[in-house]
Amino acid sequence: MEDPTLKPDVRQMTPEELAARKKRNLWLGLALAGFVVLVMITTIIRLATGTGISGRM
Amino acid sequence: MTDLTAQSQQKRPATAADYVNLMKPRIMMLVVFTAVAGLAAASGMTGVTMHPAMAAIAVLAVALGSGAAGAINMWYDADIDAVMSRTSTRPIPSGAVPKDEALAMGLIMSGVSVMLMWLASNWLAAGLLAFSIFYYGVIYTMWLKRATPQNIVIGGGAGAFPPVIGWAAVTGNTPLDAWILFAIIFFWTPPHFWALSLLAHKEYAKVSVPMLPVTHGAKATRLQILIYTIVLIPISLSPLATGLGGWIYGITAGVLGVVFLVCALAILRSKAGDDGAPGADMKLARNTFLFSILYLFALFGAVLVEHAAGLYFPVIGG
Repeated sequence: MEDPTLKPDVRQMTPEELAARKKRNLWLGLALAGFVVLVMITTIIRLATGTGISGRM
Repeated sequence: MTDLTAQSQQKRPATAADYVNLMKPRIMMLVVFTAVAGLAAASGMTGVTMHPAMAAIAVLAVALGSGAAGAINMWYDADIDAVMSRTSTRPIPSGAVPKDEALAMGLIMSGVSVMLMWLASNWLAAGLLAFSIFYYGVIYTMWLKRATPQNIVIGGGAGAFPPVIGWAAVTGNTPLDAWILFAIIFFWTPPHFWALSLLAHKEYAKVSVPMLPVTHGAKATRLQILIYTIVLIPISLSPLATGLGGWIYGITAGVLGVVFLVCALAILRSKAGDDGAPGADMKLARNTFLFSILYLFALFGAVLVEHAAGLYFPVIGG
């Protein structure tokens, strides 16, 4: 028999909360993908130009 | 339906706007603008240019770093934000974003911003960005703000770093001109913020934050606003001597500097911040606060126009 005191303190998410979580996860995914793209861009530019800067120093 | 542990502190589902507000977007705008001006000035003064994509990523890194510092600030200040009416609607006290989530967001964004800055430019710019986040999030927010009436003066250093970071991103060093831009923001911050605190000092008193009007009174604050404005004006004109600022900058800094001084003198003569101060005096403090924002935008806008749009006409040695 399950001990009720061991049952985790939980509540149901409302449809609004679920929708908000879904939207948040989407944004997090997009942010992660964006970060990967930015790292890729900097890597390509560095490989192509050396430092990504030009002109007299 | 999905189960959720009952530890959530959320009172309502967070919207995208809540996460944007967590990053203090108005401060971020000023930070990004001054960083871009520093970047443009560095290119204009040295002839060194960044690849446009690298420059854009460096600016994005500064924006993310600013947002990260804002989120950390809101995480730490959630207790006092909930008490002050001006800040009680912020994402954490309003119950939209849980505190832990704000902290996690701030820390992750800090790491990402510094990493992006390093990838897009160099270790010096990345290090300065990391230090400026630490300065705002830890030195100012966690230590100075609740400890000393000089909180704004010393803490102003955090907001003064962006043009130096922009400059370092381009050249890999920070010459005198970069630090002049730093000094302009550093000495602009006290009169800017104290003008606001004259309006909101009762709120700060309520949460025992030792802002200058709370600890030394409105009269002393009005005098300090004038003193810092007097110090700011020659510093704002110093780019003319080093060649960083040309005619456009000189006229902008000169004219707006005089207006700022007139506002500071009017505040000194007013009763702004006193109990029972006339509405006109409080309006003067508010207008001075708003004007100070315009002042900084205009000064750095002039730097940007001169060095990015090729409208630099030197005052000295031209």
